[in-house]
Parts: sequence; structure tokens; C-alpha cells
Amino acid sequence: MKVITANFVTCAVKECKTSAQSFPLHFHDAELEMSELDFQPEFIRNVVPRIDWEALRVTANELGFPTLPDVKPEGDALNDEQTLKDLHRLLLETQVMEGKLKCGNCGHEYVIKEGIANFLLPSHLV
Amino acid sequence: MLPTPDTSHVSFDTIYEPSEDSYLFLDTLSSASESKWLSERFQKGTDSNPSANPVPLVIEAGTGSGVVLGFVAAHSQTIFGRRDILTLGTDVNRNACLATRETVSLAIKEIQEKDTSNNSNLQTVHASSITADLCTSLRPGTVDVLLFNPPYVPTEDLPRLPTASDNDPAISKAMSRSAKFDSDSYFLSLTYAGGADGMETTNRLLDAIPSILSARGVAYVLLCKQNRPEEVKEQIRGWGWSAETVGSSGMQAGWEKLVIVRIWKENISI
Repeated sequence: MKVITANFVTCAVKECKTSAQSFPLHFHDAELEMSELDFQPEFIRNVVPRIDWEALRVTANELGFPTLPDVKPEGDALNDEQTLKDLHRLLLETQVMEGKLKCGNCGHEYVIKEGIANFLLPSHLV
Repeated sequence: MLPTPDTSHVSFDTIYEPSEDSYLFLDTLSSASESKWLSERFQKGTDSNPSANPVPLVIEAGTGSGVVLGFVAAHSQTIFGRRDILTLGTDVNRNACLATRETVSLAIKEIQEKDTSNNSNLQTVHASSITADLCTSLRPGTVDVLLFNPPYVPTEDLPRLPTASDNDPAISKAMSRSAKFDSDSYFLSLTYAGGADGMETTNRLLDAIPSILSARGVAYVLLCKQNRPEEVKEQIRGWGWSAETVGSSGMQAGWEKLVIVRIWKENISI
């Protein structure tokens, strides 16, 4: 799963939906793989406006990426080639192959195997 | 006609094989009227306001082989009038997630090699395929386009929802032949068995639509005659939303056998 996925998923437990702690889910023991993709600056420019920046900063930090800027790049900052390249690498080229995503509210861990995260709950949580 | 994604790598032991309903989805989304509607709704921002209409997130719930999501990913320029879309697929069957990832990636790669009109590197990006129940693990308010070809056949019982351990590759590897057969039949039943009126799973998805879709969001849901599409549309209109039939196939006694309903909110401000 590409890192950008973490910006769109949350805990599957119903009671966690209303808790701010359930987003973003937290990566543990993540094994990463880089899959090269032709650099497409326009994609990054058009996707950044919809990214939850605070959540992405948390994710990048957990995956051992260099710290992202405090504020989301906008306007001219989105023409800076290095910024675009760094985000391209993090969001679209980095795949999480193994590891866990943990909910900050209920503590449930979702397992990632061969790049597929399993969000189905055990029967006692359904 | 736009080419259908290759699914020759998919084993249909536990996965729904692309059929009339899948093809109705492809034909409806790529029809002139639907592509025009989607392209207007998801038109890119202008130079002066580039962030006005960012990359749309297209979700398919219950992807199966991935033929529908792969088609949308490959033909995003025709369907949405832009190549920069982001796709994400969910399915309760891990095998279907593996199949979908492959189908979508191949479909994107194939079009990229053929499409000589594309001078940029811009292409659809498949974020991931995740094992999940419908949209229950997606963040509310994030889905721009939701596609759902449900298990719509009326059945006496609704198969239980799989749990995390049903999809554990280590457990399935250790299964006896008869246990594997039972597990395969169970996963296959999930692809079609819809319980009462064939609507039990679809109703759960419909209930989630107002919270899961973004302000510009739109959902496409396939229904069969026994699902009583006219009543379903009335129910949706009761929320103050719009619901229209935008594709249909197979007439039977004056009724369409299958229809695709578009569900959206008018008067959005983007």
C-alpha cells in the first residue's frame, strides 16, 4: 500500500469514528519498499490541497522520513521542485509491505501483509 | 468501445468473474452522457486557483477481480476529463485485493504505453487495495466517487461477514482439501448473496453514503429488478439527495433486469 493511503483510512471500530485519536492510524514495524514511478509534479500539485497535512506529518515521522514543513505548501511553494520530488517519493513511490496500523483510540492493530492491510475486525469487535 | 482490463491472472475460485453487471458498469461510466457529467463535476482547477478541484479519490467497494476499478483507472481521461485520479479498492476477500492490485496496475501501465497523446507523465495512481468491509475503514467525507456492484441476489440467509482470521494466508495454507472447498464456497457466496430482497449489504452501503462522500461526492450503485430500484431511489430522495437511473440492461417483461443508479447532492459549492 502506498503511503498516501494512510491519509484516507481510519479505525473500523464504530465507537472510534468520533474520536480524534483514531486518525491517523499509527504505523508500527513498517517494512518499506520503493517502487519507482515517473515523476509527475502536476499530480502532487493537485493532490496536496486535499491532504490532511498534520496527519501526513505524523505518518512521515513514523516511517522515518525527514520531517515535513510545519505548514502545508501552497501557491509558490508548490512550484519548488525539491518539495514536489520529496512528496512524490513519500506519497506515491513508498509502499508499506509489512507492518501494523494501530488505532490511537482503542489500540486495535491492523496487520499489513504483502502490501495488503486487513481492516476486518475480529469477531468480538464487530 | 474502450478496451476492458485484462483479468487473465485472476483465479475465480473465490472471486466473482466479470459478467453482465460488471460490463454494464464499464459501459455506463464511459457513456457520452455520464463521462460529460463526471468531467464537468471534477474539472481541474484553473491557473489562478489550482487547488479548487484537487485529485478525485475513486473508491470501489467490493472490487472482486478489479475489472471495474481497472477500467476507470485506465480510462480516467475519457471518464473524468483528467488523468490525475487516485483509486482505492476494498474487498472482504484478501485474494480479491491481490487480484485488484494487479488488474489496476496492469491496466494503468498498458494505457500509459499506448496513449501517445499523453505528453506528460501524468497518470492514475492506485493507492492500494485493502481488505475491508465496504467503506467502514475509510475516513468520513473523503470519497469523491464511490462505485458498488453489490451482492444483489435475494437469498434466504445473508452469509456472515468475514473476520480478520478468515483472510489469514497462514491459516488457509494449512487447510485440508474439504476445509478449503468450504472456505472457497463461502467467499464465493459473499459475491452474490444479498439476503432479504438482495438488499441487506446494499442498504448498509447506502446508509453510509451521506457521511462517507465528500461535498462533491457521487455514488454509482447497481441494482437488479428484485431490489426494487424505484423504491430505493425514492428512499434516497427522502434524504434530500438526487438519485437517477443512468444505465440499464436486459429487458424482462418491460422492466430492466439491471440498472445503475447515480446518487449525488445538487448545489454543491466547489
